[in-house]
Amino acid sequence: MIGKLSLTARLTALFSLVSAVVLLGLALLIGQAVDRHFEEEDFTTLADKANLIRRIAAERSERPLASRMSDALPNETGFIVRLTSTDGAVIHATKGFDFDQGWLAEPSRMSGLAKHSGHEPAWLHPTIAKRGDIQYRAVRAHVLSSDGRRLNLILGTDTEIHDHFTREFRRTLAGYVGLAVLLSGFAGWWAARKGLSPLHGMATRAAAVTAQRLDERMEVQAMPIEMQELARNLNAMLSRLQQDFTRLSEFSSDLAHELRTPITNLMTQTQVALSQPRSPAKYQEVLESNTEELQRLARMVSDMLYLARVEQDVTLAHPEPLQLRDEVQALFDFYEALAEERDVRLAVVGTANMVGDRLMVRRALGNLLSNALRYTPPSGRIAVKLFADTGKVTVIIENDGQDIPPALLPSLFERFFRGDKSRGRSDLEGVGLGLAITRAIARAHGGDITVRSNGGKTSFHLSLASD
Amino acid sequence: MKLLVVEDENKTGDYLRQGLTEAGFVVDLAADGLDGCHLALNEDYDLIVLDVMLPGMDGWRILETLRGRKLLAPVLFLTARDSVADRVKGLELGADDYLVKPFAFSELLARVRTLLRRSAVQPVQDRIQVADLVLDTTRRRASRAGRRIVLTGKEFALLELLSRRHGELLPRSLIASHVWDINFDSDTNVIDVAIRRLRAKIDDGFEPKLIRTVRGMGYVLEDPDHTEPLL
Repeated sequence: MIGKLSLTARLTALFSLVSAVVLLGLALLIGQAVDRHFEEEDFTTLADKANLIRRIAAERSERPLASRMSDALPNETGFIVRLTSTDGAVIHATKGFDFDQGWLAEPSRMSGLAKHSGHEPAWLHPTIAKRGDIQYRAVRAHVLSSDGRRLNLILGTDTEIHDHFTREFRRTLAGYVGLAVLLSGFAGWWAARKGLSPLHGMATRAAAVTAQRLDERMEVQAMPIEMQELARNLNAMLSRLQQDFTRLSEFSSDLAHELRTPITNLMTQTQVALSQPRSPAKYQEVLESNTEELQRLARMVSDMLYLARVEQDVTLAHPEPLQLRDEVQALFDFYEALAEERDVRLAVVGTANMVGDRLMVRRALGNLLSNALRYTPPSGRIAVKLFADTGKVTVIIENDGQDIPPALLPSLFERFFRGDKSRGRSDLEGVGLGLAITRAIARAHGGDITVRSNGGKTSFHLSLASD
Repeated sequence: MKLLVVEDENKTGDYLRQGLTEAGFVVDLAADGLDGCHLALNEDYDLIVLDVMLPGMDGWRILETLRGRKLLAPVLFLTARDSVADRVKGLELGADDYLVKPFAFSELLARVRTLLRRSAVQPVQDRIQVADLVLDTTRRRASRAGRRIVLTGKEFALLELLSRRHGELLPRSLIASHVWDINFDSDTNVIDVAIRRLRAKIDDGFEPKLIRTVRGMGYVLEDPDHTEPLL
């Protein structure tokens, strides 16, 4: 459930919750402090009164105690007092207050303050008692009269005023807490929105990215630190996409271009042949020429499909242990006749074993050998060197021949790349996919290929993961 | 030899039928999966050429049905999709070979003949003769007009392939695969060079010339005095 809430809602809720908890805790503390303070104040007042009554009772006087009491203790609102002798006779009592039997006999609860505040031991049962709706904080105490009698005293003070204040105070506090929670919630919402606004910026940027506008990037420096990495990764992803996309669109335009020439040839040749009656031999020649052209096309299509397949499928179809020297030797057998005809010597040194797809590895090596044969001058030499390393094997195929201009080296493995564009197509050149296929095969085998060319030697360094 | 071709592309189907008929086979053509399956179950064919993508019932289902009924005629799959998964699936279901479009007709024909030869029980010939060319395959010796011809191992393998299948047009890719075990599209001129060298040994200085180049398609070894149509 919480997973679906927006970040803003979550942050807002958290803000409100935290401020509610903090403010409620504070309100509780304040409320307790106020209660304590009032309780203390009440008992101080009661203690003062009790002391006054003690003083009066201890006075030696002509006047009876009852009248002295009435003088000293006029009926004060919110204040009750009763003084009785041990035999139960009332000496003085607040008028209009019903001290019936048992009031204060059973204290309804002990006052927290009286329990441990160390008031005079004469205090008995400081307590809170109710009479009707009104609550009193009251005490019982003993008083000694001037003639040595022990009198029982009940003193109480109405807590209504203090309670009223407390109630008001609580209400105000609750209102304030509620408002504060609302306000902090709003502040949280605002802060969350403000804080997340770079995300919205990112979303806007991302929405602007289309196939035609892949150069759109996030502004990393303008982002908060937490989001910079995300922005950087997104930018990197966009760069990769852009590269792939560019390559793809170049590929399709290259493809169209590559197909255009043979199709034009085929069409022209066929239509010219059909434009007037010819001898069967002539027709045959046209058809033969068409067949050659069509075979080139078919090969181009199957090479392209093969390339696409190798680039997509990272998993090898039939991994098996390979002895690279044997594979090279088998390829030498194949190319031997051609090499001899061109007076090119083939040599292999070293050994290396790996696990790989035999057909793919052979194809990669075959492409490199055939490429080397194409550019090695008569009486030149092609050397294949095998190295086994931990985790990988390296095959270096080195041939004598003119240096490849350094500017061309990086694009050598691109599709349809041909060294000399002006030379046009020849059957020797193939369709220009061989090295691209070789690289794709190397990558499918967890390796790669690089090329070096200087001092009259060109060498391809093919690395492959050995398992 | 009776073949069934199941191919829904009209033009492809017609040309396949024409080509195979002219190559000497009796050919039935079915244009959809259901017809194809019906024919395959009710007629007796030596080989079936099956397109994978077919209306009604695809090639795999047909193959499954056939193999389920213990019909074991060799099946050659044609497909426009070249994926490893497809290939494995076809072979698991009991297909005998697999050709990816676009393919050369000469390639198809050569594969059809290979499959038919494989299924036919035939004694291994240890002596092959074409005109005055004689091959002793056990001792790996060749002679022409009684004169011994010295060949390298691969040259002999090439000559053996051509003469075992004399009169048959062999595409370069098939030659590369059978003689050198090179199973990818490689430089075709490697085969041309090898053939040129072989010719220098068995045809130069002899008449008639036995190895013939068929432009755009491949090579054939035949006795020109007893020649039959190539396809």
